[in-house]
Amino acid sequence: MKQAPVMDSSCALEASGLTVVLGGQQVLEIASLQVRPSEVLAVIGPNGSGKTTLLLSLALLLRPATGTVAYRGIPIVEQDHILKQRRRLAVVFQEPLLLNSSVWDNVTLGLKLRGMPKEDIRQRVQSWLERFGVGDLARRQARTLSGGEAKRVSLARAFVLQPEVLFLDEPFAALDSPTRQALLEDFANVLRETRTTAVIVTHDRNEALALGSRVAVLMNGSIRQIGSPAEVFSSPVDEEVARFVGMENLLEGTIASCEGQMAVIDIKGTSIQAVSDCNMGERVLVGMRPEDITVALTRLSSSARNCLHGTVKGTVASGPLCRVEIDCGFTLVALVTTRSATEMGLEKGTQVYAAFKAVSLHVIKH
Amino acid sequence: MDLIVEGIIEAFRLIFRGDPEVLKVTLLTLTVSLSATAISLIVGITMGTVIGLTRFTGRRFLVSLINTGMGSPPVVVGLIVSVFLWRNGPLGIFSLMYSPYAIVIAQCIISLPIITGFTMASIQQLDPKLRLQILALGASRLQLLWILVRDTRLPLLAAVMAGFGSIISEVGAAMMVGGNIEGHTRVLTTAIVLEVSKGQFGTAIALGIILMILVYVVNLVLTAAQQRSKPR
Repeated sequence: MKQAPVMDSSCALEASGLTVVLGGQQVLEIASLQVRPSEVLAVIGPNGSGKTTLLLSLALLLRPATGTVAYRGIPIVEQDHILKQRRRLAVVFQEPLLLNSSVWDNVTLGLKLRGMPKEDIRQRVQSWLERFGVGDLARRQARTLSGGEAKRVSLARAFVLQPEVLFLDEPFAALDSPTRQALLEDFANVLRETRTTAVIVTHDRNEALALGSRVAVLMNGSIRQIGSPAEVFSSPVDEEVARFVGMENLLEGTIASCEGQMAVIDIKGTSIQAVSDCNMGERVLVGMRPEDITVALTRLSSSARNCLHGTVKGTVASGPLCRVEIDCGFTLVALVTTRSATEMGLEKGTQVYAAFKAVSLHVIKH
Repeated sequence: MDLIVEGIIEAFRLIFRGDPEVLKVTLLTLTVSLSATAISLIVGITMGTVIGLTRFTGRRFLVSLINTGMGSPPVVVGLIVSVFLWRNGPLGIFSLMYSPYAIVIAQCIISLPIITGFTMASIQQLDPKLRLQILALGASRLQLLWILVRDTRLPLLAAVMAGFGSIISEVGAAMMVGGNIEGHTRVLTTAIVLEVSKGQFGTAIALGIILMILVYVVNLVLTAAQQRSKPR
């Protein structure tokens, strides 16, 4: 018989050797994933990368083809064990998925299924409804609520269970921007106050940054990178991750010389300086975020190590920010405020300087 | 014209005088139809929910059988039940032929596909994620079924109405397997057929009015239950 893998009991949740096959195709392969108590793990990744599948298998709602999911070091295998463990968890989906009954009945259902005494249910549910600002909606029919209200009810329904681990699948995706912002703040506060262990799946990088204490990047069904938000967002491990976390500028180059941590990288004949531990002659990818590039009409005398001359290829305004494409032998995308773009009179053909710091560049071995 | 007026007068006379024969027929109709509805509800809702939720080989074939059953002619059902219950038939030893039980069996077979089909359709139109959400809330398999059925009560009550409607209006099968025996298996529909053939239009109209009132009252109750959950 195969030896069960040794699970770490200090982990709230641990998955190992997890594979999921759907429709004859393997859609998920997780060698190992650990969630520590009170941490919020944000799983990000493009559409179709297997985020929901991962969440469903961790929440014991989808049976994996191989591998185990363990809670506090105990692998959950048998059917009655699964039900017992499910009753220590809570899941919030993208849609509110409220039942066709009153708000009160919806929020009390989970506790009733757990056989909790009526009086305890009443107190707990009331306080959570109020915590999410929907205390006065208790008697309303759930299907008559607005999108934002329904979402608040579905969050309250999850939190009344005081879950050991809370799972959220794109919880704020279908909301309009102001509703979403208000709810995101409330939710972040509740998570912090209750120190709830949570796994939140999202395609929205800002959500992951705002909520996650760790971030995992899922691509094509496997975890490409996992680490602190700062690590993942400023030091992506490869090109695909870099693109996904918003490093729009990814340039191929060669290390021309290096001195300590500082390297000079040749990109199509232009030299730029970056912090890197790569060796001379190595081929690399240089990543930089559009918001880290300063655009000016004259050469800047700032601390930025790099200042390139170029011609504006085009501008696209989107709200308060404006994307500027600059040709400096290669194409750079910069973000400036729409206001300063207007003031500088940026348009196709404008001669500009693009400045960026050596530390704001991220060098990936190619 | 006189015939109709006389008929209606006769009808009210029979109803308000509380004619024992009419009363007996009415009570038997209610007992038989409600029992048949109850049985096919319990079986049909369970089957419909399970078929609606699961995928198995032969499912498509089963669904096509159910859909066909929804439109099966009561006379054919009556014929099949007769063949089975006949003294020399496979179930002849139970001597159920020409008993109220035989009518209940036939009516169950008529309404079961209707209730199963309606249930299946209404369960299938639910968001598949709702099932996951209910399981995630900590429901066992049985609790999941119950919660889903409760959540689809609007279309399900339509299933009850259609099922009950098919049962109470049915005459061919009740006649064949019940035999329209006075005081034993005579129900409203078979009694109407008999009275009309005798030319007793007054009694026939009276029974017709009673039948309509029964259908109306049952549907009134069901409608009240269905519309109760509408948003205020």
